[in-house]
Amino acid sequence: MSTLEIFLTILGMAAVTLLCRSFFLLPEQDLPMPRWLREGLRYAPIAALAAVVAPEIVMTQGHLIHTWRDARIFGALAGLAFFTWKKDLFGTIVCGTGVMLALKFGLGW
Amino acid sequence: MFREGVRDCGPMTIGISAWGLVAGVAMAKSGMGIPLAILMSLLVSAGSSQVAVLPLIATDAPMWVVWATVACVNLRFLVFSYQYRPYFGHLPRRRRVALSYFMGDTIFATFLRRYPEPKREPGQVDYFWGAALVNYAAWQLAVITGIVAGNAIPTEWGVGFAGTMALLALTCTQLRSRSTWIAAFVAASAAVAAYALPLRMNIVVAIAAAVAFGVLAQHARPDAAR
Repeated sequence: MSTLEIFLTILGMAAVTLLCRSFFLLPEQDLPMPRWLREGLRYAPIAALAAVVAPEIVMTQGHLIHTWRDARIFGALAGLAFFTWKKDLFGTIVCGTGVMLALKFGLGW
Repeated sequence: MFREGVRDCGPMTIGISAWGLVAGVAMAKSGMGIPLAILMSLLVSAGSSQVAVLPLIATDAPMWVVWATVACVNLRFLVFSYQYRPYFGHLPRRRRVALSYFMGDTIFATFLRRYPEPKREPGQVDYFWGAALVNYAAWQLAVITGIVAGNAIPTEWGVGFAGTMALLALTCTQLRSRSTWIAAFVAASAAVAAYALPLRMNIVVAIAAAVAFGVLAQHARPDAAR
């Protein structure tokens, strides 16, 4: 993306975010929350996050990785294990990134 | 009440700062440059969305796909705004929007713990501002520090991977029930399988498929819902 495109993307992101944050506070009258919306809302955030993160971990240049010696996989597994154990966001990030860097620089993967 | 808000939000600033640093480093490593990264942080001020769009911007996704992704990640805020209504609905609209800009996850948790009853009470707005401003200051300071520091770290070190790990951890925090596991699995598989689609449409396809499967799974076993 060009600088101008990124700039416009950022303005749009800010508008979308503020709209989401103020949605039910905007109208003067109370709005009911429809049931279908409440149900769909439960899955949209996890769907978006999982959809963005999965290719980042298992793909390289648009193709599935075909070697198990990929530092990212083990970093991600280490992070997942840490999260299951401690449920701590920051620790998970440090642990996963640490393992990835160790394999990358220690073993040259 | 302003002071009470500041005090209640104080202990949270450690976690907020740590997460902000990581988000800042990831943003610096995305290659958008320091000024744009800082602008994004100041205007958007929503950590998960900021980190989630980085891979999309890096692969030249169209703007609307980026915005749709941000909207999905931010849909939880709709629920927040709905729950804030009893407390702030009486204020003029301009002030409601101003408050909305600061309605992040931490503030929501702090505010609802202090005022569990959904009714108006004196001092609520001051309490909100106290908590919100501490939270905002800690968050922005950490992100901007992360952006500047991250920019100084060579890209080859692969520290940008911290952004991927942050997204992975955020995904895990959303895994609350069987149907959310199904939704996450469907989204991950579909995003990888449909990667060849142009314009990063794989993200859109994956979200649509995952929401559909999540709702189906929930209705197939109503007792297992939530």
